[in-house]
Amino acid sequence: MPSLIDIRRRIRSVKNTQQITKAMKMVATARLRRATERVINARPYARMMGRMLQNVAAAVAGEEAAAAIPLLAERPENRIQLVLITADRGLAGAFNSNLIKAAQQFIAEHPGKQVRLELVGRKGRDFFVRRPVDVSGEVTGISQSAGLNEARALTNTLIERFSNEETDSVYLLYNEFKSILSQKVTLKKILPISVPGGEPHQDYIFEQPPAEMLGRMLPQYVLVLVLEAFLETAAAEHAARMTAMDAATTNANDVINKLTLYMNRVRQASITREIIEVVSGASALE
Amino acid sequence: MAETLRLEVSTPERLLLEEQVTQVEVPGLNGAMGILPHHARLVSELGDGPLAYTPENGHKQKMSICGGYVEVGPDLVRVLAVRAEKADEIDVKRAEEALKRANDRLLNPTADLDVARALNAMHRAQARLAAAGRQ
Repeated sequence: MPSLIDIRRRIRSVKNTQQITKAMKMVATARLRRATERVINARPYARMMGRMLQNVAAAVAGEEAAAAIPLLAERPENRIQLVLITADRGLAGAFNSNLIKAAQQFIAEHPGKQVRLELVGRKGRDFFVRRPVDVSGEVTGISQSAGLNEARALTNTLIERFSNEETDSVYLLYNEFKSILSQKVTLKKILPISVPGGEPHQDYIFEQPPAEMLGRMLPQYVLVLVLEAFLETAAAEHAARMTAMDAATTNANDVINKLTLYMNRVRQASITREIIEVVSGASALE
Repeated sequence: MAETLRLEVSTPERLLLEEQVTQVEVPGLNGAMGILPHHARLVSELGDGPLAYTPENGHKQKMSICGGYVEVGPDLVRVLAVRAEKADEIDVKRAEEALKRANDRLLNPTADLDVARALNAMHRAQARLAAAGRQ
């Protein structure tokens, strides 16, 4: 039976842990609010960009000039670029491991093809850097503050590789922020671009030849997709951490309660034993 | 009351402006364009330059635009800028320095000068200064 002091020490240690998880939860909550704001603020642009792209693409549909745009080029998918966007930090439940699992599955689903990984976020990097996979590059230390500049840098790299025909297609793998309680692992093909379909286009005057315009518009559209993934990841990470830390705090409470109960029982047992000793000692003297 | 149209300006990170205006002037790639209500549907690329608009019952306002697209409808002007700042958000000193730096670079070209990049920097700085009301 452990001594009273040992149990007290355990309780104290669990309490310390609980304080940390509580603080982390609060930090995550505050950051989550800011991150969701950024996601929401970025949505109108992405939506309008998609719609404008549709209009311009509809105007050039079937034109020869459009077929020559490099970012639309469909090639047999032999060299696939997978961009894995994980968080830089752990302690966010299954946030990172779900993504890593999905990435491994993606690789397994494409046997015989060359899958090259671009790793964004320290957790994904740490996992794959020691494994026999083809890594094309890594970006770490940005998941907390990822914004336009980081997205632009990554987009330019991806576009360059695709245009130079080093890769035949580019996929993003990231956690989509569905709600505070759920994140969804999302695989999105960003290159070659498939122009969103939908409403028929109206008669527009085009100041520039639409085919040229489309060619210059597409990189910006890719940027929007990458930025969206970055922002979603940030929000989802904070949400996942908040949920995980909330659960951890509750668990710590349970453990403390259990230990306190046990401690009292041990204390009572020792008191009872002492009384018995005193009583039996006294009766032995009679 | 004058007729109005809705002006929406957004950047990839946020919706910068949404307002009823009577007139808009955008920096098109082929030159500035003035837009009044009931304009024909139009799509154009934007260059670097100031965007000016007159709000309903207000004075003319300016902002800087660096690249992007504009979509015009009968009662709507939608600007999707690559970069955009409102006049009061512009860091004039930084823009002036950037302009000077780009000018110096173009006037004293070195062997490894990236002319296109320097020109872009110069245009962006000029757009910001024009919107901020300097120059």
